[in-house]
Amino acid sequence: MSDATVDPRFRRKPPKRPLRLSWSDERVRGIVYQVLVVALIGSVIYWLWSNTVHNLEVRRIATGFGFLNREAGLPIAEHLIPYDPTDTYLRALTVGVLNTLKVAVVGIVLATILGTIIGVARLSKNFLVSKIAAFYVEVIRDLPLLLQLLFWYTVMQGLPGPRQALNPVEGVFLSNRGLKLPWIVWEPAHTAALLACVVGIVLTWLYARQARAKQYADGQPRKVWPAAVALVIGLPVLTWQVMGAPWQGDWPALRGFNFQGGVNVSPEFAALLIGLVTYTAGFIAEVVRAGILSVSHGQWEAAQALGLRHGSVLRLIVMPQALRVIIPPLTSNYLNLTKNSSLAVAIGYQDIVSIANTTLNQTGQAIEGIAIIMLVYLTISLSISLFMNWYNARIALVER
Amino acid sequence: MTATTRFNFLRLAGAAALTAALSGPALAQQPAAPSGATIDAIRARGTLICGVNTGLAGFAQPDSQGVWRGFDADYCRAVAIALFNDANRVRFVPTTAQNRFTALQSGEVDMLSRNTTWTLSRDTSLGFDFTGINFYDGQGFMVKRSLGVNAARDLNGATICVQPGTTTEQNLTDWARANRVQFQPVVIERLEEVVAAYVAGRCDAYTTDVSGLAATRSAQPRPADHVILPDVISKEPLGPLVRHGDQRFADLVRWVHFGLIGAEEFGITAANVEEATRTDARPEVQRMLGRNGDLGQMLGVDNAWMARIIRGLGNYGEIYARNLEPIGIPRGRNALWTTAGGLQYAPPFR
Repeated sequence: MSDATVDPRFRRKPPKRPLRLSWSDERVRGIVYQVLVVALIGSVIYWLWSNTVHNLEVRRIATGFGFLNREAGLPIAEHLIPYDPTDTYLRALTVGVLNTLKVAVVGIVLATILGTIIGVARLSKNFLVSKIAAFYVEVIRDLPLLLQLLFWYTVMQGLPGPRQALNPVEGVFLSNRGLKLPWIVWEPAHTAALLACVVGIVLTWLYARQARAKQYADGQPRKVWPAAVALVIGLPVLTWQVMGAPWQGDWPALRGFNFQGGVNVSPEFAALLIGLVTYTAGFIAEVVRAGILSVSHGQWEAAQALGLRHGSVLRLIVMPQALRVIIPPLTSNYLNLTKNSSLAVAIGYQDIVSIANTTLNQTGQAIEGIAIIMLVYLTISLSISLFMNWYNARIALVER
Repeated sequence: MTATTRFNFLRLAGAAALTAALSGPALAQQPAAPSGATIDAIRARGTLICGVNTGLAGFAQPDSQGVWRGFDADYCRAVAIALFNDANRVRFVPTTAQNRFTALQSGEVDMLSRNTTWTLSRDTSLGFDFTGINFYDGQGFMVKRSLGVNAARDLNGATICVQPGTTTEQNLTDWARANRVQFQPVVIERLEEVVAAYVAGRCDAYTTDVSGLAATRSAQPRPADHVILPDVISKEPLGPLVRHGDQRFADLVRWVHFGLIGAEEFGITAANVEEATRTDARPEVQRMLGRNGDLGQMLGVDNAWMARIIRGLGNYGEIYARNLEPIGIPRGRNALWTTAGGLQYAPPFR
């Protein structure tokens, strides 16, 4: 709003009453109370801090973050970045953070998909489908997550050993050591193809925006999908062909104690992921159901009266309105899933809590270790919150 | 809201307790305070608070009546007898590998008698004093007999179960590096879960101190199905520890251990201690059992302290035989120095 549009009468501030230094003036009382509260909180924090520091000194307990540069010497089963026990604690903790992010990101995506399916199923007119969905939600929500994780981990351990692994399809082995899948020997060409795919997606998005702008201009809808297929699938394939089309399979095979080669999904990661996804999906299903029910039935009828198809009604009319109700509680569920991933240590998946706990135990730096865990979760949670709040603001009802 | 909170409270309780206790009013066990403050605090309280394992057969485990039994538990009782002439004046606090140090640092427990390895960093930067080595241990491996493995070197490529947060983890990686052995770790915190994973076949081998392996094996329905490999890959000198800075309490715990060793060396047992106090003419035995001299008073207890401990619990060999031999841990290196290969040795009582 520019100043020109404001009624000049509103631009004058209301007259200020002079501040009387007396207890009967409520503003003075307010200021005094606030100063007192801040001073009290500050002194409590200072007292806790100084006492802790003093007692640590008296007990000769070393403090500080210098230990992060020491050699860790702890084994980590799953790492997204190269890691060796000779690396530093800092790198070990980084591996832990990445493991937490891995399970959180994959978990959030899968839980959203599964939760939406179950939420919509619960609204289905089919009696059996809606009752099954309702039963699922009730059972999953009412059992402690830790129990469910231990259940899934026990299920994973019930699989046969590597020498008697289930082999449903050529190259796929399922055993108590995890799920082994064939993979390809990774070459630069594959990296280039992956990049081309990302470029293709960006170009498709730009093209779709342009098509929409043209449609707004002349009212003619334009087909986007041929260009999308060409860009998202054609471009990477072309890149891969140009780079010489390397294709060498990396098949898992039993050698010694375990399978070598291929790609492995560990039982610990699988149990944690299945547990988190099924548990959180139960909550998300209810959020989705509430969101859809919050859109009045008149909206459906009005949209159908305009001649829109069912899919278009859902996409253009109902979902945008339902999302306003869905997004805030959905954010809470994403945060819960992320924080619940700290239960990983119970079933041997080495997330940040597991590795930070080991670190603080080996170095004795308990306060620093807990501070690191807090910082990591705070950062992840605030990032999710910020993103979801931005998205929420974008789709919020624009009032004019 | 979720199960997490409860679980995390358990996990973080140790650290929270540390912060709370460290920032609480200045505790009694400060070097600034006169040495002996811990003993005074224990006497004023009327019980010794002793940190033990959460449950390891032979070392510290509650029996069907809820009474803590085991080698480590008896060491707590020995200190209680020295202070109170009563083996029951002990409160046992189960501690995990993760929270044991915090519990001792913060004053939640007076001493730890909990399969703890004496290392330089624990003795210095963690603010503890180790009082002696009551069990010479070493890390080993256990595998299923059906696997057909005879030596640790054969474990190349194997998956190995291990608990986090102890020296065990680092020893494992050090050994693997030195011997160029590749392995996949499975790191699970709770003892029950890690053993369950090993039994279910998630891992090919389970590694911890040999004493712990023997305890775990004895608890299996068919112990003969499991083999403890002959390789011992580390030195694990275990013993009780106290907070740094109170020399008098450290001295007491230290000499309780030496007294138990000395008693075995002189052949004094729970059965003959009465008679030995009256009739044994050896000067050192007379000093130890309080007939002559005032060694007990130098430690801040009465002179008959050692006689009472042996009457109540027996000597080192008897405590060992009662707790550890039934679960299949031979004396080995923990025999007296007078036998071949034995390492247990006590300085003179004078």
